[in-house]
Amino acid sequence: MVPLIHGLGRAPHFVLNRLMEISTILDLLANALVAGVMLGGFYAAVSVGISISFGMLDIANISHPAMIMLGSFMAYLINSHWGLDPLLIMLLIAPLFGLLGMGIYRVYFQLFESREKDPRRGLAFFFGLLFVTDVLLILFFGADLRGVETSYVDTVLNFGVVGIPLRLLIPFFIGVLVVLCMHLFLTRTFFGLAVAAVSQEPLGLRLMGVDPVRVKQIAFGLSVATAALGGAALIIIQPVEPALGREYIGRVFAVCVLGGMGSMSGTLFAAILLGVAESLTSTFVGPSWSPAVAFGILLFTLAWRPSGLMGRT
Amino acid sequence: MTSASHPSRRQVMLALPAATAMVYSGSGFGQTGPIKFGGTLPLTGGNASIGKVAQATMQLWLDDVNKRGGLLGRKVELMIYDDQTNPTLTPGLFTKLLDIDKVDMLVGTGTNLIAPAMPLVIERKKLMMGNLALGLNDQFKYDKYFQMMAYGPNGKDELARGFFEVAAKLTPRPQTVALVGADSEFANNALEGARNHAKRLGFRVVYDKSYPPNQVDFSSVVRAIAAVKPDLIFAGSYVADSSGLIRAAAEIKLKATMFGGAMVGLQVAALKQQLSGVINGLVNYELYLPEPSMQFPGIKEMIARYRAATAGQGLDALGFYVPPTTYAQMQVLEQAITATKTLKDDVLAEYIHKTTFKTVAGDVKFEAGGEWAEPRILMTQFQKVNGKELGQFDQPGTQVILYPEKFKSGNIITPYPIGG
Repeated sequence: MVPLIHGLGRAPHFVLNRLMEISTILDLLANALVAGVMLGGFYAAVSVGISISFGMLDIANISHPAMIMLGSFMAYLINSHWGLDPLLIMLLIAPLFGLLGMGIYRVYFQLFESREKDPRRGLAFFFGLLFVTDVLLILFFGADLRGVETSYVDTVLNFGVVGIPLRLLIPFFIGVLVVLCMHLFLTRTFFGLAVAAVSQEPLGLRLMGVDPVRVKQIAFGLSVATAALGGAALIIIQPVEPALGREYIGRVFAVCVLGGMGSMSGTLFAAILLGVAESLTSTFVGPSWSPAVAFGILLFTLAWRPSGLMGRT
Repeated sequence: MTSASHPSRRQVMLALPAATAMVYSGSGFGQTGPIKFGGTLPLTGGNASIGKVAQATMQLWLDDVNKRGGLLGRKVELMIYDDQTNPTLTPGLFTKLLDIDKVDMLVGTGTNLIAPAMPLVIERKKLMMGNLALGLNDQFKYDKYFQMMAYGPNGKDELARGFFEVAAKLTPRPQTVALVGADSEFANNALEGARNHAKRLGFRVVYDKSYPPNQVDFSSVVRAIAAVKPDLIFAGSYVADSSGLIRAAAEIKLKATMFGGAMVGLQVAALKQQLSGVINGLVNYELYLPEPSMQFPGIKEMIARYRAATAGQGLDALGFYVPPTTYAQMQVLEQAITATKTLKDDVLAEYIHKTTFKTVAGDVKFEAGGEWAEPRILMTQFQKVNGKELGQFDQPGTQVILYPEKFKSGNIITPYPIGG
């Protein structure tokens, strides 16, 4: 667009300057929109687990960001020792995280749900898990930043004036694929429907011969498994250190609530909406306003539609 | 005639030498226990990378001083509590250190995290030897506070001074500057100094914005900066942000006469290795570099021992950023206690104020506010970084010192990036 304007050599200077300004603004707008969508895909990758555990199972798993950091550090460990790509690593470790999640849920169930204790006590359990994971990561990996070596992390795809770094594009695709797979699983399989039913009518589920505790255990395991995928996506975008997970607590719950509790498509839509809002605000207003705009959208949406964008009314 | 409750004259005479030895064996009557140095460090949380390195360095000093017989004939102990990079925890931790642990000396290396504990320290009239804290004593004006990072009396201005002084000497002279930083105390202080220097030297500010500490993607920020085409770009950022800004700058092929400033993280091995050649051309602050102009007595040996002691612990593998000033802060206390033969805070503070200390970080003299009398924030440029081998950073010329003149070891190469 800029070279075209330079070609208009005979136009008066002020017209040229004005066209240059408009051209710059349009370039910035295009890049901000694309970056925002990419960022949103990543937010979906790290939030889908919360959409399952909090949105569908009513378990406020505050430690989910710590599980994401654990996934990032596992990706770093395997990448630095054996040179495997983070995309392959996340597929290898996801089942292990699933088993970990199932184990965590079993402990949570024994301590809280089986005793019908106040769910807020469970919050303290997950806070504790968050801090313990944080400290264990520091003990094992140290407090320094850790990154991965890949052939594509510095590559940028250019489409005209829009540049898309692969380190954002790949996490975007991870996010979209994870959400799509979860959506299909939860809506097209018997077990997925059982997960949706377990928080609404556990007794009805029992009458159908399905153990709701087992369903919740496996579903929780799935949510933690997605943390492995989110962690791999995160370490592709930026180097990580153990305390970084705490920065994501507010964000992942905001995406879950904004999208509508338990709605996978809502999670993706909300994540992209927040990503675009942050990116546009960063570019045209100032980055310090991004959280205010993002959470302003959340508050406005909840005021207008308390169940979230795609939650059931 | 004697009994258990009435010792004989002979028994008293026999006990007298032992009692005398007890009185004169320490710094005071009955003071034969260890000397306790206590403080807080961020061992977890966002500043853990600084805190754990500082702890390892303090341990190094502790081993050294105890091998030499301790201080005042007494063994030295170190009691460090984790403030979790949470300043609200420091008052409680310092209360414990003073009231329960009854430490003799207070130390801290954790940026401005110890600020909330300062009223307690002042109330108890304790000497406080801090490190990496910017402008902490500006409001308190406490005469027993000392700070080891070489900010000098005007800390907020000093972090940015070198960047703008170097820029002002370029030909052609840059005209515009973009300022960007994290929305946090350190970065805000750095940007405040940058604004002062920009105004003083006549640079026009064309972009001046902050980003939230949890910013993930910096491409929008960097594109917005690129759109205003600044000659200079000054950034005040923390470790993860520095990585994000530099990567985004490389991706959009950002060009400027100078880029850098107060980007934390570029001083340690992890980020230097990860970013590698991408950082060539960046002009950024440092506290120490192994350039010929900075070969202080004992520094090479101390860094070598630090590296050996921390190998495999996931800490900064180079040891140029935190270890020199941390070791030096302990040396200052050691030398002051040895010279004055006391642990009294008043006497030590008075001695520290009037003395020039020989440390691994060079000669150190403090001014009335407890800061270095002569600031020494280096402004450096990465010029020959190639690959991920850490040994290159031990070689002179990989990263040269541009400012201050006293330590200058090379000339700036413009524009940024080098060869771009």
